[in-house]
Amino acid sequence: MATVTAAADGGCRAGCYAASLYVKGVQRGPYGQTEGLPMAERERRMTRPYGGVFVARARVMDADDIHRALRRMAHEILERNHGLDELVLIGLQTGGVQLAHALAATLEEIEEVTDDEPGVVVGTLDVALYRDDIGIRPVLPEEVTDIPVDLDSRTVILVDDVLFTGRTIRAALDAVIDFGRPRVVQLAVMVDRGHRELPIRPDFVGKNLPTRRDELVDVTMNGVELGELQKS
Amino acid sequence: MSAAVTRVDPTRHLLSIADLDRDAIEELLDLTDTFVEVGRRAIPKVPALRGRTVVSLFYEDSTRTRLSFETAAKRLSADTMSFAVSSSSVNKGESVRDTIETIEAMGIDAVVVRHKSSGVPAQIARWTNAVVVNAGDGWHQHPTQALLDAYTARSHLGSLDGRHIAIVGDVKHSRVARSDIEIFTALGAKVTLVAPPTLLPAHTSAWPVEVSHELDPLLGSIDVCYLLRMQRERMTEALVPSLREYTACWGLTSARADRLRDGALIMHPGPMNRGVEIASEVADRPNAVITEQVANGVAVRMAVLFLLLGPGRAQAAALTDVPAVEAAAVEGPAAIEVPETDTATPTTATPTTATEDHP
Repeated sequence: MATVTAAADGGCRAGCYAASLYVKGVQRGPYGQTEGLPMAERERRMTRPYGGVFVARARVMDADDIHRALRRMAHEILERNHGLDELVLIGLQTGGVQLAHALAATLEEIEEVTDDEPGVVVGTLDVALYRDDIGIRPVLPEEVTDIPVDLDSRTVILVDDVLFTGRTIRAALDAVIDFGRPRVVQLAVMVDRGHRELPIRPDFVGKNLPTRRDELVDVTMNGVELGELQKS
Repeated sequence: MSAAVTRVDPTRHLLSIADLDRDAIEELLDLTDTFVEVGRRAIPKVPALRGRTVVSLFYEDSTRTRLSFETAAKRLSADTMSFAVSSSSVNKGESVRDTIETIEAMGIDAVVVRHKSSGVPAQIARWTNAVVVNAGDGWHQHPTQALLDAYTARSHLGSLDGRHIAIVGDVKHSRVARSDIEIFTALGAKVTLVAPPTLLPAHTSAWPVEVSHELDPLLGSIDVCYLLRMQRERMTEALVPSLREYTACWGLTSARADRLRDGALIMHPGPMNRGVEIASEVADRPNAVITEQVANGVAVRMAVLFLLLGPGRAQAAALTDVPAVEAAAVEGPAAIEVPETDTATPTTATPTTATEDHP
């Protein structure tokens, strides 16, 4: 995936804004060629500045570190909420979904939840329709919102991979409130990279990672890499 | 085509299914899933189009399409204005152009247009900077109906590739049929038109369809039986001897519906004439997905408005190598590249009335 490049750079930005539907005769951009790519990659290529190549400069965490961080966060969640009662994890599309499932598995393991007991409820949320910078991030059909339970009087924990400006979380809070009235909403992130633009603070953090604004943090279950997007 | 005709950028508007290619259609239908999910929420409303204004400009009667568009706009938090010809200055003789310019001066982002003359939406697109969505023009096109039909059929059949769809009834006067033929064939389905010769257009040879004058031989092999409304107001033209005779030969009676194969869908764009093109009992069968079509209509229209008005603009910008405006300019002087199969788009500066020159 390291060699993926995306076009649609330079050229006529103003003209591009006129385009909305694909029509016959209009040449397709990188989106049309991204079939089969992982969702996160597809999203990145459709997000301004529209593509480029992610070049990792430093490996900040490896798979074991991720695993340990998840275990610690799970313990903190249990400590803060006195167990698993009424707990709902909501993974934010796309990076938070995998982490939410991993966190749920860790929570169940620690609390020794057996197969015939109800486990931790995990939902997914795509906040694209709630963003204030709508248009900066695409709405992708495969990024589904699926919240399987009523959120009224539940303890909702939003799970995301990277906390940056806080705007995604602001949108997620608006979205969650449209689904019900949780008793409390908490935030768990694997990496807090600073540069907040809104008064938002995470409750559970995997790692605090000081970054430059123009850097990019890539979180997978295999580790965390710090790098930047290089123009191809 | 005179040089005086202003260019219309087809990517900014939804005027005709013929403008879209298969990928565009599938992208739109995939995106519709997102909005179907929004519709199932306790509060089925998202702030995506906050501050945008959508005007519905309906020169022709409509219940479901207008309400569906307005619901879609409202669920995206857009402001809606409704324009009813009967209570407007049109009655004082105001022209379409003056009406558009007046509305546009109030600051609008999109116009949803229905008109009895083919090509009016395309013409309005030349006059305004707002996004134009065709909600039905003459006998020409009804693109959002086609999209919701395709979405509904696809959600039951998985894919339309290789499926056989019969479109039964008054094809001649039907814009729904024209849009549906384009979308179903674009998605890989085989379409057969079923109607008496008097209810078929004079020329269908250029259409990618087969034509049958009998419904019965097809019943066992089709995946979708798409019934068109018998337009009672056309009965004065004596195109069929009587509605009863039409029902006897081409209506989907209980006996005919029984012969449909398992899983075959019964679809109808509404409003239904129960007892004419469809037996009342058949319309209420589980494989008749007619109310589902209406429900999906809201989601499809949300996707359309969202793509045309919302982040879709930036999204599409990320998707297209060549900015559409430039591409259109390179391609030639035509306002719209009119495909050979589509002559109902007006090529003059004035809207044409519905004519039978559709190939």
